[in-house]
Amino acid sequence: MTASIRNAIRFYVEGFKSMTWGRTLWLIILIKLFVMFGILRVFFFQPTLKGSPEDKQLQVATELANP
Amino acid sequence: MMFLNAIDPAVLDWSRAQFALTAGYHWLFVPLTLGLSVVMAIMETIYYRTGDEFWKTTAKFWQKLFGINFAIGVATGLILEFQFGTNWSNYSWFVGDIFGAPLAIEGILAFFMESTFIAVMFFGWNKVSRGFHLASTWLTGMGATLSAWWILVANSWMQHPIGMDFNPDTVRNEMMDFFAVAFQPFAVHKFFHTVSSAWLLGAVFVVGVSCWYLLRNRNVKMATQSIKVAAITGLISTAITAFTGDQSGIDIARHQPMKLAAAEGLIDGSKQAPFSIVPGVEVPGVLSILATHDLDGYVPGINCILYNGYTDPNGNQVEPATAKMEKGKMALAAFKEYRRTRDSQPEKAQAALAKFQENKAYFGYGYIQKPEDLIPPIALTYWPFRIMVFSAGVLGLVLLLLWWFERKGQLLRHRWLLHAGMWSVLLAYLASQSGWIVAEVGRQPWAIQDLLPVNAAVSKLSVTSVQTTFFLFLIIFTALLIAEIRIMTNAIRKHVQE
Repeated sequence: MTASIRNAIRFYVEGFKSMTWGRTLWLIILIKLFVMFGILRVFFFQPTLKGSPEDKQLQVATELANP
Repeated sequence: MMFLNAIDPAVLDWSRAQFALTAGYHWLFVPLTLGLSVVMAIMETIYYRTGDEFWKTTAKFWQKLFGINFAIGVATGLILEFQFGTNWSNYSWFVGDIFGAPLAIEGILAFFMESTFIAVMFFGWNKVSRGFHLASTWLTGMGATLSAWWILVANSWMQHPIGMDFNPDTVRNEMMDFFAVAFQPFAVHKFFHTVSSAWLLGAVFVVGVSCWYLLRNRNVKMATQSIKVAAITGLISTAITAFTGDQSGIDIARHQPMKLAAAEGLIDGSKQAPFSIVPGVEVPGVLSILATHDLDGYVPGINCILYNGYTDPNGNQVEPATAKMEKGKMALAAFKEYRRTRDSQPEKAQAALAKFQENKAYFGYGYIQKPEDLIPPIALTYWPFRIMVFSAGVLGLVLLLLWWFERKGQLLRHRWLLHAGMWSVLLAYLASQSGWIVAEVGRQPWAIQDLLPVNAAVSKLSVTSVQTTFFLFLIIFTALLIAEIRIMTNAIRKHVQE
């Protein structure tokens, strides 16, 4: 079991070490994820509905049911 | 409508534009991932069967391009989920677990499957057995395809909501029948149509790159053999796309007749309805065949749907939108009454609930101000449909000619065809994007067909905040696209087949 885990870790470590063009791609992925979750999600995409499920339900019901 | 009227129409337009922009960009990456996964897996299968190192290096090259596209495109779809919570909060709450369940399955099952086996595919050459590597390559593609399945199940439910019940207490739709949601014909046809069109795009991409090599007399063997595999894959995909497109047409005629009427610019319905090739040029009877598989099938036009009503192919009388709007208003009034009285006046609440249940199938029509609001933008539905069908036809023809001349060993003699093959890549993307425009613009004004129009689904936000994020996304996605094109073209330019 331990040997299998060690082999799996070595597989990934060697894989990452032997990357050439993949390094640039990983850099792009990391920057993209940082922009998405570290900036956009935090500063621009807060959920509009706030509070407990009951509060959210009330907010939506109020919007939908009040012509 | 006091609350909904408080929403600035510009917020709705910008929110829709933002979603369209994000979905459109996301869909530049996805079909290439799906399509290339099949072509590269076929090539590796040939390597596995023959042991010929040529096929190994060829498969590795296409896997490299797959990897570039995958890396740039991965997680771009998550931005759509951000928008659900922020820009479309009423919608997000209203859909309940119906939308959440397929997306959760997509995230947990398909994404992890894809990301596990992609590591073996890229890191595992010469480290795992040939069979295990081949299985990993196929499973990577299968993971991506399963992702697409669940996303398309969610999308299909929005086009044809089924297998759920709306709970006026929680203001959410609750899933009653998972299998109806996951395997309804609308979803099955949409999945195969979308995925096979992605295989076609992937095949055309391989053909386009290979033609570029042949025009420069480089990597000739790899390019020629790649064309052979990709042309066959593309032709099979074209046939599947056409067949499933036909099935989707039947689904749309049944469940979204307004989309069909808009896509055809059909004002008045008729039997033996003509198919419009371009405005003023029509083929008699063909639309009836496409929509009902019957030359005498009745296809309702916009006027029938809005004002007159019509009889559907099963002989059922379909009410006009004006009658549905009345019922929708009754449903909305009953919903409000139920919410107001449920804690204080149980008898009144029960009566209101009964009234609501009677009319809830038309709930969304309660938000429609006038029948004409139910007409989607006709030009933006009509023309993309023609672009999609015409492009698919041209792509099929180009692939057929490439396959034929490759068989004859005359590919290099026909430089015009190589140019056509190379430029077909743009046509494939045009067709792919057009397909989504037809599907999504054609169902307007509905976020969820008949149940929730976009004006009720959108959040109350300031226009400036939505504009800001719109332009942020425009910049981010454009930067990603430029990065993809630069890295991809560099990889193609520098590749020398061993």
